[in-house]
Amino acid sequence: MNPRLLASAIAVLALIAVPYAIQEPYYVNIASQILLYAVFALGLNVLVGYGGLVSLGHAGLSGVAAYAVAYLLSSGHGHAAAIAGGLAAGLIVSAGFAALSLRVSGITFIMITLALGEIIWGLAYRWISITNGDNGLTVNARPAPFGLSLNSAAGFYDATLLVFLLAIAACAIFVHSPLGAALAGTRDQPRRMNALGFHVWMIRFWAFMFSGLLSAVSGILFVYYNQFISPQALALTASAEGLLMVISGGAGTLLGPVVGAALVVIVKNVVSAYIARWNFMLGAIFVAIVVFMPEGLVPGTVRLARAGWRAASRRTTPAPAGATGAAKPGEAAAPVAGQKP
Amino acid sequence: MTALAVHNLCKTFGGLRVSTNVNLKVESGERRLIIGPNGAGKTTLFNLITGELTPDDGKIRLFDRDITRLASRKRAHLGIARTYQIITLFPRDTILHNATLALLGLSPLRWNPLFRLDRQQQLTARARAALGRVGLAHMADRPLAETSYGEKRRVEIAMALAQEPRVLLLDEPFAGLSIDERRDVRELLKGIPRDVTVIMIEHDMDTALDLADRITLLHFGEVIVEGTRAEVVADPRTREVYLGE
Repeated sequence: MNPRLLASAIAVLALIAVPYAIQEPYYVNIASQILLYAVFALGLNVLVGYGGLVSLGHAGLSGVAAYAVAYLLSSGHGHAAAIAGGLAAGLIVSAGFAALSLRVSGITFIMITLALGEIIWGLAYRWISITNGDNGLTVNARPAPFGLSLNSAAGFYDATLLVFLLAIAACAIFVHSPLGAALAGTRDQPRRMNALGFHVWMIRFWAFMFSGLLSAVSGILFVYYNQFISPQALALTASAEGLLMVISGGAGTLLGPVVGAALVVIVKNVVSAYIARWNFMLGAIFVAIVVFMPEGLVPGTVRLARAGWRAASRRTTPAPAGATGAAKPGEAAAPVAGQKP
Repeated sequence: MTALAVHNLCKTFGGLRVSTNVNLKVESGERRLIIGPNGAGKTTLFNLITGELTPDDGKIRLFDRDITRLASRKRAHLGIARTYQIITLFPRDTILHNATLALLGLSPLRWNPLFRLDRQQQLTARARAALGRVGLAHMADRPLAETSYGEKRRVEIAMALAQEPRVLLLDEPFAGLSIDERRDVRELLKGIPRDVTVIMIEHDMDTALDLADRITLLHFGEVIVEGTRAEVVADPRTREVYLGE
């Protein structure tokens, strides 16, 4: 069996086992939070990691979806209609964001997404007839798909896990697809991609829509998890936190955003129980990551593990110099040269 | 038949005139060498032909079709391919992936978000064949970051050839190469079939001269001399402007 497939299967089984292993609803809820933020970070990573487009407005996209669900529910619609409406609202606003922000790239792109995110926050705060302003909207009940209740911590975790697995599978498929390769190409050499016949703007647009879809999905999970949505969830800090997850875990990798989401959620919820100034803790961890693993936790760990494994195998088998090198000259040098291009 | 016709092309950057009434007519299958000192506007002319820059005035026709206002990517689909003076490749990927992207750019598959790119047998086989043409087939799976400068130059050429262009623009293909590498690249360029029109910018006259059918000399954005190899080399203005005598 393919080792990668085997590792994925074990990871999925471990994730399914989480509620049985930890029982305590408080911690199961934290696991749900990690997964729903991971979906958000996965979506942001499509743009940041693979497209090279750093967005500071993505909380606005998930927020719009969350508000749409809460509003539709409060005005008497069913869960199916509310979720469909949430996704539609998220996608429409994503298209608007993309149309306005993709005229530029780099710093200007960051500033425009930031401004657009702030506009959404402003609307949530001020458009009181729809959003109830600072008081927010409450959601009275979680849905019960196929008669399965999501009211318990474990029930909600299972639903979130299913959505998360679909999201990460979609990302894995996209990243290895021709369109995914084209997106990575526009990140590294946009000018060349254009000269090769690629429609750079359109590639980025579809990437933005995919990213927006995942943000909307996480927004819907968020509003059902908290059964409440207020402008705070759309604030700049929420977007920045998503970016922190992507970068600390490893932008442009599949697992990086998931690890980053786990890190941020755990520090926020668990460490804050012991240390009042948990923000300081998060900052210190982030600084440590930047110093020791600037590429992020996932690729950094892979690098250290490889270096350690090589050092260990060198010590245990003092092969005659050049024996391994002569057999595979290209491979022996490859990982070393690849670390710091 | 005229492959590429440039008519009264003008381009200024602020107050700087980089192309002034440039006229150029390259026949199908021709090998054209463009020479001129630094800042003569040679690369700018390429950027105008490929659409990476828009001219202030003038017309560009590709096989009698007006492409003056056409987007760069559409010109690629009409058969213009180029290499860059400053190597412009995808450093995080393998050589094979670089060549595959060149083919993908012209394939409808490029919009597909579901298939695995590395399982597209036909595309990969064509990419390997293109690398074979420049003698890099044996190292196709090596990361680009681990290749020499000369190998990168050949990847550039392989990517342009992979697109099976009708008009191929080579911007200083010999720049920075060793004597051996120059010889290899020259043989490679000689082997390009005659149904491809080749326009080449090159400073190295010794290497490039016998590849050219006709030569155009640019100076301060203007065409100073144009003619056959012998005519241009013999022209006193060439000596004055370019050879510095």
